[in-house]
Amino acid sequence: MICVLEGFYQTNIIYRTIHGSLSGLMPCWSATIVTGIMFSLFLVNIFLVSTALMTWGERRLLGRFQTRVGPNRWGPFGLLQPIADLISLLFKENLIPRGSDKILFIVVPILIMMPVIMVLGVIPLAPGVALADLNVGVLYILAITSVSSLGIFIAGWSSNNRFAIFGAVRGVAVLISYEVPVVISLLGIVIISGSMSLLDIVEAQAIPFLMVQPMGLLVFFIGSSAEMNRTPFDIAEAESEIIAGFHTEFSGIKFAIIQAAEYGAMIVTSAIIAIVFLGGWSGPLPEYLGWFWILIKVLVCVFVFTWVRATLPRLRIDQIMAFCWKGLLPMSLINLLAVVIETFILKGPNGQLSVADLWIMCVINTIITVCTVIVLNKLISNKVDPLRSGSKILSQRELLLDGQGD
Amino acid sequence: MSIRTEPMTINIGPQHPSTHGVFRLRVTFDGEDIIEAEPILGYLHRGTEKLAEERNYVQIVTLTDRLDYTASMTNNQAYCLAVEKLLEVEAPLRAKYLRTMTAELQRIASHLIAVGFFLQELGTFGGTPLMYAFRARERILDMFEMLCGARITLSYMRPGGVFWDPPSEFWSSLDEFLKEFPSDLAEMEDLLLNNEILMVRTREVSPLSAEEAINNSVSGPVLRASGVKMDLRVMDPYDAYSMVDFDVPIGSIGDNYDRFWVRMQEVRQSLRIIEQCVDQIEPGDYRLDLPKVLRAPEGTESYGKVEAPKGELGFYLFSDGGISPYRMKIRSPSLINLSVIDRLLVGWKLADMIVSLGSIDINMGEVDR
Amino acid sequence: MVKGLLVTLKNFSKKPVTIQYPEQRVSQHPRFRGEEFSWYEERCTGCASCAKYCPLGIIEIVTDPSDTAVKQGDKYKLEKFDIQLFRCMFCGLCVEACPYDALFMGSGFEEGKYTRNDMIITIDDLRNSPKNPSTWYRPQLEAKNYDPRSGQQLSWKEVGRESWNWHKTEKAGMRITPDRKQD
Repeated sequence: MICVLEGFYQTNIIYRTIHGSLSGLMPCWSATIVTGIMFSLFLVNIFLVSTALMTWGERRLLGRFQTRVGPNRWGPFGLLQPIADLISLLFKENLIPRGSDKILFIVVPILIMMPVIMVLGVIPLAPGVALADLNVGVLYILAITSVSSLGIFIAGWSSNNRFAIFGAVRGVAVLISYEVPVVISLLGIVIISGSMSLLDIVEAQAIPFLMVQPMGLLVFFIGSSAEMNRTPFDIAEAESEIIAGFHTEFSGIKFAIIQAAEYGAMIVTSAIIAIVFLGGWSGPLPEYLGWFWILIKVLVCVFVFTWVRATLPRLRIDQIMAFCWKGLLPMSLINLLAVVIETFILKGPNGQLSVADLWIMCVINTIITVCTVIVLNKLISNKVDPLRSGSKILSQRELLLDGQGD
Repeated sequence: MSIRTEPMTINIGPQHPSTHGVFRLRVTFDGEDIIEAEPILGYLHRGTEKLAEERNYVQIVTLTDRLDYTASMTNNQAYCLAVEKLLEVEAPLRAKYLRTMTAELQRIASHLIAVGFFLQELGTFGGTPLMYAFRARERILDMFEMLCGARITLSYMRPGGVFWDPPSEFWSSLDEFLKEFPSDLAEMEDLLLNNEILMVRTREVSPLSAEEAINNSVSGPVLRASGVKMDLRVMDPYDAYSMVDFDVPIGSIGDNYDRFWVRMQEVRQSLRIIEQCVDQIEPGDYRLDLPKVLRAPEGTESYGKVEAPKGELGFYLFSDGGISPYRMKIRSPSLINLSVIDRLLVGWKLADMIVSLGSIDINMGEVDR
Repeated sequence: MVKGLLVTLKNFSKKPVTIQYPEQRVSQHPRFRGEEFSWYEERCTGCASCAKYCPLGIIEIVTDPSDTAVKQGDKYKLEKFDIQLFRCMFCGLCVEACPYDALFMGSGFEEGKYTRNDMIITIDDLRNSPKNPSTWYRPQLEAKNYDPRSGQQLSWKEVGRESWNWHKTEKAGMRITPDRKQD
């Protein structure tokens, strides 16, 4: 029997190895299926373990930003902390609130986790190594991440708790608003590279798209911060205000899965940024070490996300909305406009852009970015200087002379 | 077609991550807007005023420590002033300087907590500015430990002066603190005062007009942030405040940012006062030679007040000739400042609720006594 | 906003200020009012000033008339001297009240026990405990630059303000202002 899909898999080194070793044992079509399952399990495994490590890593990073040590008791450097967390969460009571929709309540953690894992499928780790190299990879990612808003809303609604509903409503509002700038900023990338497949995007980056489209990166970064409910946009789970927002009522393993989904979303988003904007596996090292280079880039993105989280306070819901519709959307539209015009002018005869064209675009785009940020800042923010004109510092004599208040 | 919405009443309960203690607030929301707010107090009531009737005048000093537990020096100071007025004695000069100095140190520590928690409630997750504020506060608490053996519930002052002289290592570590703290403070200000998100969230939010503040007998930084020129250390000087030179920050419209700004500036002024005290202090008696068991003449009464970090703290004592006061009444600033919370919250959003509550800076130990 | 990010980054590179308990411990200052008490039986007369002055009333003293010498200025025989640690607030007023410098605060703070009865310090515990008195309210100890953390124990002859045979030459009593001038 001829393997119908063999042509596609030949480029994927992991598929080749596993398939090759299996095809001696079983017919071609079942070897394909088994290879697929094994590879996907392999990816999901890496992902879950790195999510667990991310809980440790983020707490240590946050601690160092605050000049204190993070968790360091369990295991060397505290690396077994996720296992301690997992054990404690497993032993917790699995409550289902009275009056809640039981089936929905139990299914919700899976609903939240599912989009994150599904996006993993299209991310290439090395040339040719992706679980499924769809030629509409970007569209797939954007479509699947929209599903996460559904999960959050069902979580809040099925909890039968006022705080949860508050958090859910806010969360959905933020998520669907920030979809728009994110999509438009990724469109710019697609136009430059000419295809939606993630592998092609990486190969089209002779210079990383970070430099060619700084505004695109800025918009995507801020937009995906909001998508993941991270500070400064984390009102859906604002700890000091509404206790825990949409996941108030989840305890035990359900909470663990939701937290894992949140950190996993951060890893996946960092991976997307690393691939689309930072150049994937290209670097000064030889090709087969490409996975190492992409790992470094993902870690840098994670570091920046955590850095922003440690520093900035939270915005209010109406300010978040204002920021999205008045700030990010015009920025992304200007970005798209600039990219379209430049590509149209600079395109070569067969529709490809050369490296020199990319550098020209880089310079122009950087200037546009700086101008847009300054102009928008003046337009939409009402910045006043820290010392308001009415406030003053009086000396004692002035206080006694003027003040007749009691 | 109009959508029918229903107001929702939520209990921000006594157990909440950020209500400064066991404080209960019943709020009615219409969407995100607050239409009604009702505070419910009494979860930390320990009967301090009744307990004071059973203890003699020196033992009550330990009771007063625990009122505003983030600022116990000023509690002690207010009480000792009240007792001294009752007995009609005056503390020696060195005791006055020591009291002023430690009270200002305590003011810095208390404002650091207020500012740190204010920023924590704004949402800096995990509390980066909170950790910085606590790091600075550790040094002050270390100095207090050197001075009187405890860090928070100090009982440092006694009627008639201070409890004991500071050891020699206190002065050197105070010098070090005065040198290093301004740079820590500048770092915190860098992190905060130019932060647009902070500006956007606290400017023009929950303003309190000067007239409303005066009508509700608000005092302390909340009053000064509303533009009223009032500071007990200047209007009615006690201890050594008439001998040192300092400025008083006055805000303009009394929004959250003004209250926050007034506290940060007061910390700077406190540093000035401490420096002048260290220069001007001279050797001498630190405590009057009063008998161990004090008795005041029958029928006398007194009211001693200080400018505590949270407002005007006053003690009213009425004596019947025995070893304990017949009645001790505490005028606690947090309780009276809390009465304006209705005006501060109604009309603003859920996200502002916790921040406005934090900006008044209440301490439940004082509110419930 | 960018300045804020830079501040956080600068702090990232600083050494953490956490002290890893229990491997490292913060050491206390000499005046620290710790959770232990150092009691010198030789100096104590059983006058129960400490019990009277305690705001919480947790010291319990039961005495008998002394059977060695009943002359004026001698001491009672102590049957019971209990301090309830679980209610103590370590204010030190008992130490302040003692006219004979017999009771001192300690410098430790790790006194957790598992049952409530264990937390009552009985007279035998007080007799046998190591004597590392804190210098709180004892200017004579501070004049000697005594450091309770050093582990050196003091005997009852070394801790008093008066010489040890006070009852022969002086009247017992405590003055609020000490002899020496400070600073």
